[in-house]
Amino acid sequence: MGAQLRAIRGRIRSTKSIAKITKAQELIASSRIIKAQQRMQAAGPYAREITRAVSALISHHPTVNHPLLTEKADGNRAAILLLTSDSGFCGGFNANVLRESEALVAKLREEGKEPVAYIAGRKGADWYRFRDRPTEELWSGFSAQPAYVNAEEVGHTLVEAFRTPAEEGGVDEIHVVFTEFVSMMTQRPQVIRLLPLEIEEETEEAAEEAAAASGASDDSGPLPEYEFEPSPEAVLDALLPGYVQSRLWNLMLQSAASELAARRRAMKSATDNANDLIEVLTRQANQARQAEITQEISEIVGGADALAESNAGSE
Amino acid sequence: MAAKLQVELVSPERRLWAGEAEMVIAKTPEGEVGVMARHAPVFGTLVDGSVVRLKGVEDGDLYAAVYGGFFSVAENRVSILAEAAELGGEIDIEEAKTALERALASNDEDEVAKIEAQRAKARLRAAGHEA
Repeated sequence: MGAQLRAIRGRIRSTKSIAKITKAQELIASSRIIKAQQRMQAAGPYAREITRAVSALISHHPTVNHPLLTEKADGNRAAILLLTSDSGFCGGFNANVLRESEALVAKLREEGKEPVAYIAGRKGADWYRFRDRPTEELWSGFSAQPAYVNAEEVGHTLVEAFRTPAEEGGVDEIHVVFTEFVSMMTQRPQVIRLLPLEIEEETEEAAEEAAAASGASDDSGPLPEYEFEPSPEAVLDALLPGYVQSRLWNLMLQSAASELAARRRAMKSATDNANDLIEVLTRQANQARQAEITQEISEIVGGADALAESNAGSE
Repeated sequence: MAAKLQVELVSPERRLWAGEAEMVIAKTPEGEVGVMARHAPVFGTLVDGSVVRLKGVEDGDLYAAVYGGFFSVAENRVSILAEAAELGGEIDIEEAKTALERALASNDEDEVAKIEAQRAKARLRAAGHEA
């Protein structure tokens, strides 16, 4: 009996230290998530301005063409960029991204395209390595707190790959699998096509405004008719990679916030479960302790009885 | 007193500065552009490692070192979108000096070193030190 009590107490101790660790992880994630959300907001003005500029340029110079905008006709190599986390303890965050990416890979294969994997985050890289799948490029070390230079690096690599012809190891389109930060409680894995750029999407807002002011001539539209310095082509050439990076930056920030939210939730439920377990184990320990005491008493009483009986017999 | 420009200096990571200025001077690959109120809409690229001057800000002039990016002018609003930027007051002069020396010391035809040197010079100029 004593052995059982000791075993239960040992389990209580270890469960308590697990709860301490998960609680700490939860608190760390909650404090970082606020910072991540602030960074998402801080990135807003730049993203808005650059989107506006691209929309203005393209709507006023519809004849301008750029390799990043044009669909490659016979494209058969498609890059997918996975935004996964570096560390675990974040529930289904990576599993969801990887599941979404597998669906995308299957879809691309069906269309006769060969998927090429670019992976950010150690977990995604491990997943690919474990399955012996080839990867084109790996990045890690910034998943929860990305810096703009990371977005620059990834964006640069992807744009370069897109500009290289497929025969020389380039790609014809680029998809990104990331986790959309809907709210503190909801994060959704999403797939978007980064390149070639889809213009409808980015001019959505402008189109709405233009629709509101319909009937008037083009000049009174919401977007100012910029003069481009030095020339529309040169500006577009510089602007589009910046725009791609800015979008990528936004996706990275969203993924980071989602990762932290997922971690906070996973760690909160782990802490709750550990506390429940401690309660159950404490009850069991009390029961075991009482059973032990009861047994000891009955042993003593039984012993005393036996002694009294033997004494009575001898007299 | 002429009308003022609403100026916004933003980098992808944060908004560095926002406020009013009388004149904005930026450097494009074709030369310097000065923008005052009621300027026609312009969109241009900024030279990597140049200084943007904001004149007639509340407390004098404001200088910022920018490392690539764009600026847009429309309806008395100027947005400076720098891929990275530092305000003159935030620059560590000693560090900029050592960065410049390091870049000049490498002294080859390396593109990276050239840009580094240009950036360091821009930082010093923005901080009010002539390189």
